[in-house]
Amino acid sequence: MTPYARRAVKDIFKNVYLNAVAVITISLSVLIISAFGLFVLNANDIVNAWKDGIRIMAYLKPGVSGEKLLDMETGIREMKGVKTVDFISRDAAMEFLKEKMKGQASLLGNLEENPLPDAFEISLIPELRDSQEIDTLAKTIGSLPKVDEVEYGQVWLKRFINIFNIFRFAAVGIGGLFFMASVFIIGNTIRLVLYSRREEIEIMRFVGATDRFIKIPFYLEGIILGATGGGIGIVASYIGYAVVSSNMVQGISSGFFHIRFFPPEMTLEIFLCSILVGWLGCYLSLKQFLKQ
Amino acid sequence: MKKMGSVSAASTIIQLFHVCKQFSNKAAVVDITLDILRNQFVFVCGPSGAGKSTLLKLLYLGEPLSEGQILIEKINLSRIRRKKIPFLRREFGIIFQDFKLIPTKTVFENVMLVLEAKGKIDKMAQKKVNSLLRSVGLENKENVYPPTLSGGEQQRVAVARAVVGDPKIILADEPTGNLDSVSATMIMDLLKKIHLRGATVIVATHNENLFRDINARIIRLENGRLISDHLQEQSQ
Ligand SMILES: Nc1ncnc2c1ncn2[C@@H]1O[C@H](COP(=O)(O)OP(=O)(O)OP(=O)(O)O)[C@@H](O)[C@H]1O
Ligand SMILES: [Mg+2]
Repeated sequence: MTPYARRAVKDIFKNVYLNAVAVITISLSVLIISAFGLFVLNANDIVNAWKDGIRIMAYLKPGVSGEKLLDMETGIREMKGVKTVDFISRDAAMEFLKEKMKGQASLLGNLEENPLPDAFEISLIPELRDSQEIDTLAKTIGSLPKVDEVEYGQVWLKRFINIFNIFRFAAVGIGGLFFMASVFIIGNTIRLVLYSRREEIEIMRFVGATDRFIKIPFYLEGIILGATGGGIGIVASYIGYAVVSSNMVQGISSGFFHIRFFPPEMTLEIFLCSILVGWLGCYLSLKQFLKQ
Repeated sequence: MKKMGSVSAASTIIQLFHVCKQFSNKAAVVDITLDILRNQFVFVCGPSGAGKSTLLKLLYLGEPLSEGQILIEKINLSRIRRKKIPFLRREFGIIFQDFKLIPTKTVFENVMLVLEAKGKIDKMAQKKVNSLLRSVGLENKENVYPPTLSGGEQQRVAVARAVVGDPKIILADEPTGNLDSVSATMIMDLLKKIHLRGATVIVATHNENLFRDINARIIRLENGRLISDHLQEQSQ
């Protein structure tokens, strides 16, 4: 193994310029993909937090009580997509309102009668939160005889989620594009190295070297390029992340949410992916070159 | 008794059968049929352009042949599987007319490469390379790159590389072309030593002085054709 590694490292330093371009290409690709990835990752966090808060409120017509109320509650609970159902009596709702509006107690104090209706607060299973089914479910609940009105999921949130999904899709597409571009660049680098050394390779073959013996250093070279580029790219994106997040802490959003970097397994995956890029680029150009 | 018969039958190491090599505008080798026996010392001679180098290239698959058949150790070169080619080439030690040394490797690395390719990288292998370089008078040039060597020195590196793997067959294309008579004698002595150890040696040359004092088979080519083939015995 050591002589192969020595040959690979020697080669890299012999073609510093060529290899530097390859490393920079991979680093930039990783950086750009990471930027997109981090955006999607953090936006996803925010959206999930919002989604967790989505409730369907079903306001009841006055005068539903006792057995009837219990029947309704179990009926709703058994509907598809419903996670929990909480009954909120009009009195409890009033208490809540009063608590919230402590400062302006006078406003409520003037009321002779509690104007609030009884209600069910319905939370949803995660799968339902951004699909069309939420509409269907709300309509079904709304059509129950004793339900007066249904209120649910802010429409703007749904729109946002749709746009966000497009983003996520685009991120995957762009990731794929950069992956292919990097494979191509690495492949080209190795091809140029192979070309500049075709005489040497021919000589090796004449003295009885197998294809394997000739190939291994090139594979190592590709893997080293991929790993170096990936490493630099990841460090660069971490620095970028650190700068952005420290600026954010000073900004308005500080207490609201914090942005995070990729979890370790994902960072490792990105790194392994860049190694794969190096290997793949090598594989493709060697396959073509050694055929002749 | 039978055994002896089979030994003599097996002692053909290279067989050529109506071999032709046609380049786009030139027939370099024309209809050559011959057998070379194990441990023979063969000179292929003839004027420049006669086809000597081309004939050697056909043997180690440096060029594909146009017509005919070549068998090396009973292996038909037209039918050999791609994967087996490196192993066939390890049977040969080749001294190329243009040396074919790798300019970016040191003298030591160039010679060592042959052993590395076979997976031999231990101390023994390194010692072998060192002693061989000593025997061709290059003990001080081990860590030098070939382009800084004189033609004759490069040629001696090429010779060392050809013999380091203990090949069964030595193909030497003008092995003394760039050498003064002292160095030439040194190289020829080395080849004779390899021959004594059992190798089959084939030397292509237009220098008739080389084989004046060797018991050898002399094959003469002209315009790609074999025009004479005889054994030359020294006074015995
Ligand atoms: N790759 C090639 N393409 C075209 N013609 C070639 C090629 N190689 C050799 N020839 C031609 O084939 C003929 C034989 O060449 P070859 O090199 O075998 O001669 P040679 O006997 O080794 O000569 P020398 O003593 O000068 O080395 C020459 O006329 C040469 O021009
Ligand atoms: Mg020649």
